[in-house]
Amino acid sequence: MSQTLKKLRYKYWPDHIFGEILQKPWMETAVPLIVLIFTIVFFSAQIDNFISANNLSDNFRQAAELGFVVLGISLVLIVGGIDLSVASIFALCNLLVLYCMHVWQMPLIGAVSVTLLLGAALGAINGILIGYFRMRAFLTTMVTLIVFKAIHDLLNVKVAVAISSNFPDSPAWDRMGYGAILSIPTVVWAFGILAIFTHIFLTRLRYGWWLLAVGGNRRSAYNTGLPVNRIVALSYVASGVLTAASAIFYAARLASPGADTGKGLEITVLTAAILGGIRLGGGKGSVMKAILGTLIILLITNGLLRMATPAGTSRIILATILLLAATLDIRWFKNRHKAVQELYVSPALLELPGLSKDATSPDSDYAPNERLHDVEIIGLGQVEAPEDVVLDEDDNLYCGSRHGDIIRFFAPDYKRHEVYARIGGQPLGMTFDAEYNLYVCVGGMGLYRVTRDRKVELVTDETNRHFLSIIDDSRLRLADDLDILPDGRILFSEATVRYEMHEWPTDALEGRGNGRIIMYDPKQNKTTTVLRNLIFPNGIVVASDKQSILFAESWNCTIKRYWFEGPKKGKVEMVIPNLPGYPDNINRASDGNYWLAIMGMRSQVFDLSMRKPGFRRRMSKQLPGDEWLAPNINIGCIVKFNEAGEILDVLWDRQGINHPMITSMREHKGYLYIGGITNNRIGRLKLDDADETYVSSGKYHVG
Amino acid sequence: MLNLLRGRKLDQQIIVLILFILIFLSFAVFLPGFISAGNILTLVRSVSVLGILGLGMAIVVIGRGIDLSMIATLAVPAAWVMTLAGAGYPPVLAILAGLAFAIATGVLNGVLVAYAEIPALFATLAVGIGIAGIGQSGLFEYDIVAWPPALDSISWIGRGVILGIPYSILAFLAAALVVHIFLKKTRMGFFIYALGDNLLAARITGVRVRPIIILQYVMASVIALFAGLVLAASSANMDTRIFNLTWIYDVILVVVLGGIGLSGGRGGVWNVIIGTLLIGTIINGMTIMNVSFEGQNLVRGMVLLAALMTDSILNPRNEETAKQGDI
Repeated sequence: MSQTLKKLRYKYWPDHIFGEILQKPWMETAVPLIVLIFTIVFFSAQIDNFISANNLSDNFRQAAELGFVVLGISLVLIVGGIDLSVASIFALCNLLVLYCMHVWQMPLIGAVSVTLLLGAALGAINGILIGYFRMRAFLTTMVTLIVFKAIHDLLNVKVAVAISSNFPDSPAWDRMGYGAILSIPTVVWAFGILAIFTHIFLTRLRYGWWLLAVGGNRRSAYNTGLPVNRIVALSYVASGVLTAASAIFYAARLASPGADTGKGLEITVLTAAILGGIRLGGGKGSVMKAILGTLIILLITNGLLRMATPAGTSRIILATILLLAATLDIRWFKNRHKAVQELYVSPALLELPGLSKDATSPDSDYAPNERLHDVEIIGLGQVEAPEDVVLDEDDNLYCGSRHGDIIRFFAPDYKRHEVYARIGGQPLGMTFDAEYNLYVCVGGMGLYRVTRDRKVELVTDETNRHFLSIIDDSRLRLADDLDILPDGRILFSEATVRYEMHEWPTDALEGRGNGRIIMYDPKQNKTTTVLRNLIFPNGIVVASDKQSILFAESWNCTIKRYWFEGPKKGKVEMVIPNLPGYPDNINRASDGNYWLAIMGMRSQVFDLSMRKPGFRRRMSKQLPGDEWLAPNINIGCIVKFNEAGEILDVLWDRQGINHPMITSMREHKGYLYIGGITNNRIGRLKLDDADETYVSSGKYHVG
Repeated sequence: MLNLLRGRKLDQQIIVLILFILIFLSFAVFLPGFISAGNILTLVRSVSVLGILGLGMAIVVIGRGIDLSMIATLAVPAAWVMTLAGAGYPPVLAILAGLAFAIATGVLNGVLVAYAEIPALFATLAVGIGIAGIGQSGLFEYDIVAWPPALDSISWIGRGVILGIPYSILAFLAAALVVHIFLKKTRMGFFIYALGDNLLAARITGVRVRPIIILQYVMASVIALFAGLVLAASSANMDTRIFNLTWIYDVILVVVLGGIGLSGGRGGVWNVIIGTLLIGTIINGMTIMNVSFEGQNLVRGMVLLAALMTDSILNPRNEETAKQGDI
């Protein structure tokens, strides 16, 4: 009973999504969002009609006005500066647009453009001083705050009466202030459009990335050649323009040339930006955060106002909320990665069938022998980590290396070698197509092709994203092994979508179906995922009917067969259910059977722990990563099997001298070539009574 | 003067000193009545409270922080001391209560900055708002608290004159001496420089930086209380509504103009004195010239901008050594 419950729980309860959700960048915005929700809930419980349409429209109108300025200061904060002068820029622009409309009776377009220009000019003063003269942002904008404010105060006494005694005759101007489109205030529309554009700008466009780059690391941005001075200066110009835009809407609504216009605005917008989670110091921030911060500060101040809270009490409440929210946000920002680390590893239940016989007993299918003891050694010490080996029509030998190269050993004696191509990532499975272009699965990079004239080309590095996926599974993280169909389509395995290549032991500890099989169609240049939720799919080979593949699931210790077309299309059948070790690459043998590399033997302890997910979860939370259990990758073994799943032959390197582990082998003209990802050599073994013309890659398709 | 300049880099302190001397000399030449002893005393007295606040701010800024709550801490605890004394509590008790209030404010600032790791700019801003709020919610009967007769025993700190020098100037000098000794002669003062210069390095060498950060905010708060008492004594009342930000900007300007960089670890009491004198001279000269308040702000701003710009041209920021997050 409890076993059934456990099975159901691990089958249906999605442990892994919590860590994945927590890992998403938008989770950084979680704290401001929660604060906003609490604010809304609190005030709607305290105040009648807090959520009424009227009040909302009023709040949104104010929020949009404030939002322009917050967005502006956010851009400056993202670049790593600060702009205190917004309050005075706001006041000056308010004065100018009112004077243009009321006294000069300018057309709306003219007044708006002049005011925006003034905002840009005032911002440019800050920008030039801070960007080009490299003055300190805080001090400079503080001084310009005082200077602009003084100019405003001097002008205000001269023009206030003229403004108040004239009125513009402009319906468009009134619509800006009070109007609504589809019952949403004009200013909200304007702000919404601007916010969407700014979001796209910051997240999708090059110049937005430049802002984030300068804020994230000014020195690196400078060293990569970005025009740091200009970017910094322009951020202040943007802040000035946005402040001017806010002032225009404010002026249209209130038409008030008050002496106190914009007083304390710099504190309000700075508070809004920080409450939204935009960091002082730069490099972090988004439009969503600016909007959330604006809404929080506005709802709190308006809510307290409507509750008729005494000024002193409301100040205390405001200060307390600000400090609590900031503390929460900063703690969250600082410790989120720890929470992710703890939650991300989510072991699944994996019940491997028990081993029927002692694998080492002489009468078992896998009875050990010493047949790999006397292999001929190629390239000893000259290659590192040849995960896969492959031979061309001239019998030259190719293998990958840890350094991201493809090495070629020259036939016939394989004494000389050269770097055939530089890939940049670790080459794993390799195979030739009929034209002898070399196709390579590269860990962390995707599927690549090395043409006959040695040009390295990307074939594919993304596939269709699953609609339920939380982590972005469109990127190829760990393409592992591949085979090519006669018509040129390529089927390859991706071992896991949750971990990088060097983290494979963690994926083994999870024992979850994180892997998949992907098909690349060169005719349509389309990549599609054909089979999901496989437990570390590794070796792949096209079966004899050309309608199906055989593939190995490493941590599941099985070989399965999958039909990608024909009458059994979509079906998966078990071929070998219970291997004594972890299977790796599969390749064809000359007699129509298959070679399978075994990279390590199962152990009772690891098998037991795979049946106990809770134990592994505790281990992953309480122990440092280097003390976690990991599967044995410690043996050199090659198995020959047929499509019925019968074990036909076994080759062992029992002493582990030549091949302490084997990840791949390839039969070529009567020899078996052996590679292993932890080896520093390639082995060659003469096969008795094998077809001496047989090649397993390249031209074999044709004919 | 030239001896002082020789062999020194033309840094902000020297620039401001030269600027101060130039402005002082030109006022002395062109402004009748500026150079009289009476006016000089007025000049210094008018900025002595600003100078005392600057000393407190200097400690925090040297430790790479900033304290925007100082004006609130100047007004509210001092007004509380006066209210308590006026209500009949013994003056010593009233002062101790005010001191406790100021220390609590400083500890709150320090904890928020050091342990919660909220940016100092933001934490002290919010605390300032909160303290002002406490001041407004029933602590005082009126917004303006009058100096109570019970405290007349200490009213000399703002009003008295000794040897022709007003006590408020002496209070500034005394505070300057204390802060100077603290910063330059004590281990704690040295640690403040260390953590202001490089917090991580100070931590690695074994300095317990968090308690020291708290200490620097506590000192700033206590100095603010002292400034508040001097201010209240000299004007015979305390307006608890002076919580407004333009004054705190003046305090920051005094500190930074004198050459204490906001990135921390640099400067000392001399810088505060020079900055205070420059601001005082400009304000005083313009008052004699009968320039309006807005005009004064404008001129003051332009002078400050010129000083900052000269500094950044003479000592340009190096992209390779600029610290991340300096604003």
